[in-house]
Amino acid sequence: MRTTSLLGACALLAGIALAPLNTYAASPDAGMVKTVKGQVDIVRAGQTLPVQIGDLVMEGDQVNTGSDSSVGITLRDDTLLSAGARSTLVINRFDFNPTTHAGHLNSSIKRGTLAVIDGKIAKSHPEDVQFSTDTITLGVRGTEFIIDTGK
Amino acid sequence: MAMRRALLLCPLLLLGACAQQRVILLPEPDGTVGAVEIRSASGHQRIDTAYGGVDVSKGGSLDPFKSSQNSVDREYKPLLAARPPRPVVFVVHFEFGSPTHVTPDSKAIVQKILEVLSQRPAPELIVIGHTDTLGSDAYNDRLSLERARGVVAFLRRHGVTAKRVEAIGRGKRDQAVKTRNSVANQANRRVEITIR
Repeated sequence: MRTTSLLGACALLAGIALAPLNTYAASPDAGMVKTVKGQVDIVRAGQTLPVQIGDLVMEGDQVNTGSDSSVGITLRDDTLLSAGARSTLVINRFDFNPTTHAGHLNSSIKRGTLAVIDGKIAKSHPEDVQFSTDTITLGVRGTEFIIDTGK
Repeated sequence: MAMRRALLLCPLLLLGACAQQRVILLPEPDGTVGAVEIRSASGHQRIDTAYGGVDVSKGGSLDPFKSSQNSVDREYKPLLAARPPRPVVFVVHFEFGSPTHVTPDSKAIVQKILEVLSQRPAPELIVIGHTDTLGSDAYNDRLSLERARGVVAFLRRHGVTAKRVEAIGRGKRDQAVKTRNSVANQANRRVEITIR
């Protein structure tokens, strides 16, 4: 038990020690899971993975929530997403350069509900941010909104 | 099974809301309102008022409507409750030309940072350095990254840890006080510490 936590602490310290040496290009993820309620999983490269707070979200991930469930994700450009019950959210594309704030965010909500608070890409390059359902596409102009797919 | 239940529930939902998509614009916490542009196969609509919305029919026709804070809070409570906490930003200032010499008031921020980190799920610490406009882009990119790394080291020495720690240099792209090029300015020599 103690060994495990010591090892964990060492790994954490090593991660932090390395962090300043890494450039932003070394962050391959799109963001991090911040809230989880009920049943949430991610489909990645054909595999279904259970989701916990602190897990990374990658470009291409499909995030699914069960009934009475929800998930909250903070993307690397500070975009805040949440998906409600029985939702399917796909991060089709995400890249972000934290030095220049250039990047792309393309995400679709296939069913259920999505709440968005936009981030740094939307503020400096709004034309490179797009949300969609099977019927509509949304362009974002510095804002917060809800998309309800009605199913 | 889930499908059948949805069909049974449908008549109970708001009139016209069945199997219909909608978008609702929310005001930011400070009351400002942005805009969204919605496009479908048959048209486009812009929403730019708080709680303004658009109903989308299956065929893609877009019908504006007005919602309200009460109705959004009621209908989308679990969705809004699931949003991650909003990022919080602390600012640390630097002595002229120094990558490491933090002004004294900046040290008081450490305690506050520890407090905020302890209250967040999987907290991330993103440390972003900025410079004034004196010097070349390359010089300022390097200096701003050094400042950010200096603050990361400073925070680590004071026991600050997080799920992710990142140092970033923004150079002179993002000025706190807008100046012409080649102007020394203390307010712009700063590091922003974002906790999210």
